Amino acid sequence: MRVRVCVCVCVRACVCVCVCVCCQMRFLLLFSRQGKLRLQKWFTAMSDRERKKIIREMTTMVLARQPRSSNFLQWKDLKIIYKRYASLYFCLGVEAQENELLALEIIHRYVELLDKYFGNVCELDIIFNFEKAYFILDEFLMGGEIQETSKQTVNRCIEASDMLQETMEEYMSKPAF
Amino acid sequence: MSPSVPLQEMIRAIRSARTQCEERGVIQRECAAIRAQFRQNDNGSRSHNLAKLLYVHMLGYPAHFGQMECVRMIASPRYSEKRVGYLGAMMLLDEKQDASLLITNSIKNDLSHSNQYIQSLALCTLACMGSAEMCRDLAPEIDRLLRSANSYIKKKAALCAVHIVRKVQDLGELFVSAARSLLSEKNHGVLHGAVVLITELCERNPETLERFRKTVPDLVQIMKGLVISGYSPDHDVAGVSDPFLQVRILRLLRVLGRNNETASDAMNDLLAQVATNTDSTKTVGNAVLYETVLTVLDIKSESGLRVLAVNILGRFLLNNDRNIRYIAMTSLQKIVVTDHNAVQRHRGTIVDCLKDQDASVKRRALELSLALVSASNIRSMMKELLVFLSSCPLELKAQAASGIFIAAERYAPSQRWHIDTILHVLTTAGGDVRDETVPNLIQLITNTSELHCYTVHKLYRALLEDISQQSLVQVACWCIGEYGDLLLRGECQETEPVQVTEDDVLDALETVLQSHMSSPATRGFALTATMKLSTRISDNVDRIRSIVSIYGSCIDLELQQRAVEYNALFKKYDHMRAAVLERMPVIQRNSSGQNSEDASEETIKEIQVTKVKQEDVFLLSVFQVCDLLDLLSGPQEPLQPSLAPAQPISTTTAAGGDLLDLLGLIYRSPTVTIYEKHGVTLTLGCEQESDSGLLATLTASNSSDSDISSFTLQAAVPKVRLSVFVSELEQIMRNIKDGSIGVDGLSLNLFLILKYEITGINREGASTPNSLFLSFFKSGHDVLHLRSFSLFRCRTDLIEVIT
Repeated sequence: MRVRVCVCVCVRACVCVCVCVCCQMRFLLLFSRQGKLRLQKWFTAMSDRERKKIIREMTTMVLARQPRSSNFLQWKDLKIIYKRYASLYFCLGVEAQENELLALEIIHRYVELLDKYFGNVCELDIIFNFEKAYFILDEFLMGGEIQETSKQTVNRCIEASDMLQETMEEYMSKPAF
Repeated sequence: MSPSVPLQEMIRAIRSARTQCEERGVIQRECAAIRAQFRQNDNGSRSHNLAKLLYVHMLGYPAHFGQMECVRMIASPRYSEKRVGYLGAMMLLDEKQDASLLITNSIKNDLSHSNQYIQSLALCTLACMGSAEMCRDLAPEIDRLLRSANSYIKKKAALCAVHIVRKVQDLGELFVSAARSLLSEKNHGVLHGAVVLITELCERNPETLERFRKTVPDLVQIMKGLVISGYSPDHDVAGVSDPFLQVRILRLLRVLGRNNETASDAMNDLLAQVATNTDSTKTVGNAVLYETVLTVLDIKSESGLRVLAVNILGRFLLNNDRNIRYIAMTSLQKIVVTDHNAVQRHRGTIVDCLKDQDASVKRRALELSLALVSASNIRSMMKELLVFLSSCPLELKAQAASGIFIAAERYAPSQRWHIDTILHVLTTAGGDVRDETVPNLIQLITNTSELHCYTVHKLYRALLEDISQQSLVQVACWCIGEYGDLLLRGECQETEPVQVTEDDVLDALETVLQSHMSSPATRGFALTATMKLSTRISDNVDRIRSIVSIYGSCIDLELQQRAVEYNALFKKYDHMRAAVLERMPVIQRNSSGQNSEDASEETIKEIQVTKVKQEDVFLLSVFQVCDLLDLLSGPQEPLQPSLAPAQPISTTTAAGGDLLDLLGLIYRSPTVTIYEKHGVTLTLGCEQESDSGLLATLTASNSSDSDISSFTLQAAVPKVRLSVFVSELEQIMRNIKDGSIGVDGLSLNLFLILKYEITGINREGASTPNSLFLSFFKSGHDVLHLRSFSLFRCRTDLIEVIT
């Protein structure tokens, strides 16, 4: 049974001195239907208290939405794009100039990457292998921007890093004699 | 990759805890174990321990004791430990922590590692949480990596550079040349990173923007390649080739084309091609179209392209997908001011969106509908808006009500319609309107005297139906008090009259007074209204007297005071009662709105702010002095200082033309320099325009090196002087007729105030008003000579400045 995970990618837009066109992601949150956090990625420096506050507010706001409403919300000066995939909500906070439809595509792309890696990804996969979810995210997004637009390339890089880790682990755990 | 068993066991243990307390217990035990492990030296399970700690951190528990462990693990030679160490650094450390500085050296070493995956870890961490100091330290490294041969590293280095530029703007210079060369890459990831970097650089530095404008043809080429190219399995998303890159390039084109004709022209074709060729059935295609529309509307595109863009937005409005309708309305909101007519074409669809289920869509539709209201569609729009008001969610009610009021005020086709609309709003959303609605409405009612009868009938009926909406009840009470006699008369032209007896009216007011729903303010209104009726009705004055006396012992202080005073009015000052309680006069409108707007427009006409450019001599054509000299033929009109309002001050060459026409003048006085300071010279020439007209021309020129801004000229006539002038004139006139004296000494004093600012030169007193006092006198029949002029500081107490 394929569980589709919703990826909320918070894209923080960069607010420049001139009129800002480039948008940066601010945060990406994944949380369950009960409001439990499964993944958090922050693309700007923020204190722990601020982060907790944002997590609380996002969970409340997104979980209160009606089932067939639009995927976009306005929160303070940020746009929130969220999408639900099975039991997970993916929530992306971006700055005002971001293209919301593209943000939805970003979320979808991340879900596809997770799906390819875990094979029919479900929420439990992300719970028990959260560090791998982060590694995949770090191959896809960086500093609040997309770093690789090709799915195959990202998958190849993840596999290669995993191979590297395994070989080194095997090497390290081999007895000295 | 094999899962971390210890980590998974811990996660299982935590999840199987049944209560919060149990979970806390498990976590405390685990954290203690982890801490103990950290204190031990190198063992094989360091990465597992840190991963466990990160999980605990994600659940919301404190994990700061892991920060040093992260630093140590990052420095470890093992890849698995480095990986988790960097992850921990990104999660636990941020630039505010001191420990983050300790990893700078590790990052530096890792950036030059032979293994690209280790390099990428360092780059990723730097881009995620690099502080300003770290960025400064490592910027040259990043620049070197931008030129490496490895595209994997190049794309990451590009995004790292983006982060550095965002943190420390000055370092942007360092990356310009590398960014430029990256544009010729074939690898999409690198290209994407390059485009993001260039966008960032261009936005922060206008000079860099100028340099990168030359890349527009290259970008257009790349974009064309993407749009026309066939299916590429690597980058295709639902039929669109690499939409992420396309959107990024479009954004960069937007930045480059803004306010620049040449760049905008170069991309016109491309934008048209993208707009027409992109498949809009899926979200991806719509994302690209959306970005294209935003770009077209932002650059200096040709009108055909703009129409195409607005049409795309119109198509979006009809899309079934709610998201697309939402963004269409957001974009239309941005252009409703500039391309008003284009947006008006889609008014029907927008109004339909008011009925949408989704709250965000409703909000956008409301804002857009209010912006689209105009004089031609006010009636139909108002119908829709009133329907919306009765069913809209609570958070939008206040905004809708105030929007309706503003629209009604601006475009009301008739007074009766205006009053009806306001009453309708009060009945449906009376609790959410602003406080000043009640006085505004009362003022509106008093101003339309022909509708008093109609209004009071309508309000009475509304009052009978519902007394819970406080604003409505307040206005109704006030009207009944004021126009109660009209109500009782029982005849009305506009609406079907209701046969009302005095008892009915007093019953209604008493219900309001006694109801628990009425606020103290409303009760005050009702009591005063009851009192006012005592002069307008004939039979039940005793009843009123008793009502009023009851409230003399009311607990509410305000009501009690009112009742006591009204009682006194009945008892001791009965002779004054009729006078005190008669009809209110028309209230002067002093609120903001059309009146003040008109006034300000007139002001702008008279005070002209002009820019004096170097070497530019323009003519300030001056007010007609003739008006004053008209007095020579007799005082015809009241002596207003009628100089400036007569003639708008113009600075175009047309004015010059007019003046040159005056070459037909017979008499001319030579041009006299009357002011010379800071490079600003003011000369005056007088020409006789007609028998009774004299044109004085002031010419201002700037001979200094700098620009002068905010140049203002004001003219004034001393009021006192003027009236004296009149009597003198009459005397002189008589004397002239008598032939006894020659015309001499008829002085006309003109007071000019110049204000200007010289940029770049800091002069004392340069921006304070410098004043000129010009005194003319007329000698002989026609010639006006300048008698004297002097320069002195402005004394506003003596003069009345004409604005």
